[in-house]
Amino acid sequence: MPDGQSEKTENEAMPMPPQAPTGPAFAYFDQDEEAKALGLFEILSEDSSYDPANTARFDKALSLDLYRGMLLTRLMDKQFMALQRQGVLGFYAETLGQEAAGIGSAAALSSQDWLVPALREHGAGLYRGMDFGNFVAQLFGNANDVTRGRQMPLHPSDPATRYVNMSSCIATQLPHAMGIAMGIQIAGDGSEVCMGYMGDGATSEAEFHVAMNFAGVRKAPVVMVCQNNQWAISTPGTGQTASETIAVKGLGYGIESLRADGNDILAVYEVSKYAVEKARRGDGPTFIELLTYRVSAHTSSDDPSRYRDESVTKVWRTKRDPLVRMRVFLEKNGWLSEADFEAMVTQIEAMVRKSVEKQRDVTMPPLSSLIQDVFQTPWWRLEEQLATLEAIVD
Amino acid sequence: MPTMNIIQAVNNALRIQMALEPKSIVLGEDVGKFGGVFRATSGLYDEFGEERVIDTPLAEAGIIGAAIGMAVYGMRPIPEIQFSDFIFPAFDQIVNELAKFRYRSGGQYPCPVVIRTPVGGGIRGGHYHSQSPEALFVHTPGIKVVIPSNPYDAKGLLLSCLRQDDPVLFMEPKKIYRASRGDVPENDYTVELGKAKVTREGDQVTLIAYGAMLHVIEEAAAKAAEIGISCEVIDLRTLMPFDIETITESVTKNGRAVMVHEAPQTCGYGAEICSSLYERCMAHLEAPIGRVCGFDTPFPYSLEHEYMPNAARVLGAIRKTLEW
Repeated sequence: MPDGQSEKTENEAMPMPPQAPTGPAFAYFDQDEEAKALGLFEILSEDSSYDPANTARFDKALSLDLYRGMLLTRLMDKQFMALQRQGVLGFYAETLGQEAAGIGSAAALSSQDWLVPALREHGAGLYRGMDFGNFVAQLFGNANDVTRGRQMPLHPSDPATRYVNMSSCIATQLPHAMGIAMGIQIAGDGSEVCMGYMGDGATSEAEFHVAMNFAGVRKAPVVMVCQNNQWAISTPGTGQTASETIAVKGLGYGIESLRADGNDILAVYEVSKYAVEKARRGDGPTFIELLTYRVSAHTSSDDPSRYRDESVTKVWRTKRDPLVRMRVFLEKNGWLSEADFEAMVTQIEAMVRKSVEKQRDVTMPPLSSLIQDVFQTPWWRLEEQLATLEAIVD
Repeated sequence: MPTMNIIQAVNNALRIQMALEPKSIVLGEDVGKFGGVFRATSGLYDEFGEERVIDTPLAEAGIIGAAIGMAVYGMRPIPEIQFSDFIFPAFDQIVNELAKFRYRSGGQYPCPVVIRTPVGGGIRGGHYHSQSPEALFVHTPGIKVVIPSNPYDAKGLLLSCLRQDDPVLFMEPKKIYRASRGDVPENDYTVELGKAKVTREGDQVTLIAYGAMLHVIEEAAAKAAEIGISCEVIDLRTLMPFDIETITESVTKNGRAVMVHEAPQTCGYGAEICSSLYERCMAHLEAPIGRVCGFDTPFPYSLEHEYMPNAARVLGAIRKTLEW
């Protein structure tokens, strides 16, 4: 949890109303394409120092909203991971250390926009209003799960908030994001944008390149976001690509490519906002690399101590923590007292606990659901197979 | 009533549906201005514009992936894969994404994508323009597989596919793309999915096939008739889900059957049909069900006519089942 560097009040600036950013950091966007793709956009530095001219857009409401999204992700991860360790959940994957990348980027979307997730965007989905009870039911795969217990935990689906259901395959979702954007181009009213997520490992897959190429050719209203957490299970970034940055790959497809400090939620929000607004204007796709670090294990099935130097992880966990960085920003502005923080924690933990209590003892989906949704209507053999099963199961 | 070949019938079905349903989008390699390498999408670009008839970059995974995204968005995409031999870069998209989207989302994201692709050999196309990979897709829960054998069915089945909400692989037998001609009404009609058709009645041996092989078994049935053997001919038309009732009824009646397809024999589609018939007709069978298939080799170039089932081989299988 963020600890208080709250006594440091080097900036007592009054909250300013949201407005178009103009501060010196934004000179980043005026550079040539290569400089943007090789550089790193940052607003809040590692020690939470910042130039107020760069933070004009972040008023109290938006800043607290972003922080709460990150805090929800972190606190629920902690509880769900504990439940996995107790054998209550079959599987889980934390977002630890990457909360800013997911929340900050998704926060740039409007409610009508589409989010095509990879593994660590469930927090972003919840931030955008995905029903928490449905999300928890999916973790349990129980009878309340709207996806009928069909996938491992962390594969939620929520058409209401345009959160597209993912598979466990890597990069296969990227052509879908691009296809949604093509649909928007053809049949939309011009108001929608699609954001597609991936990890660094996905950029080695064919479908990353296929999707980027299509998006470039079609000038589709899609924002491709790479959460570069520097590890694909045990493979480090250097084992994934010889490219100087991941962002620079986008230039080969004629796509403007940005690179930001993924642990600086203000920077993440700004690059994402830039890309989303550009797509909405009809000015085509953007590729964003968010440089972050997978502080946690890949999933509950992983043990990173077998393959990486955890002293490096410790640096990211302590000095570069995205929640600490943002909390100090809030405290410097006088927007989050210790009591406010405690209240926020209590509220989130209670919500998670209550939801878990509601879902953990719910029965499994009914046997009949086994043959539903293969097709709109089960074909004759599925009916036969179900009858055979029902005859031997009480 | 106009006479059409299969290409013209497919084209006619696409034109009818695109005029009716503004959400239908044709996409693929060379499908736009050029009208497709087999001309199946000819004229659609001029009629419906570049937004609805899209020439894509050359990447099958992108074509199918984009179609999936469009379907998630609410469109009715009709992607073309230029040859079914080239469908494999999109295999993951079809097997792991398209076919599973409805199931894995609990029905929240149905994916009504109809993939059209030419299938089969006999055009001197070698390994990579001749294969029949239908069984791979029939083995994938969540996608329907349809293969017409004539222009009338091609139009009616395609229109049915385009008006239901499940993903379909619509495979067009390219050897008979132009050779199979027949009367096709210009008006709108559909042929029901999942229904086989008895195209010739007979009371001794049931011959079962689909696509281009339907013509081979019809030829074999005609030759058999010349020597006094009466064959019933069944065109399966839909491979997934298949019409168990029609084939069961026929084989129960005749007690003898031969299954024909040009894909390799081992684990081929015929294995499933034979097994299903054994489950239902064992007491009525007078002989093992014969199988005439492609050999278990990659598809050859110089010896393709020896590789592919023909009337002589089917006639041999008919005799064998009668002599059992």
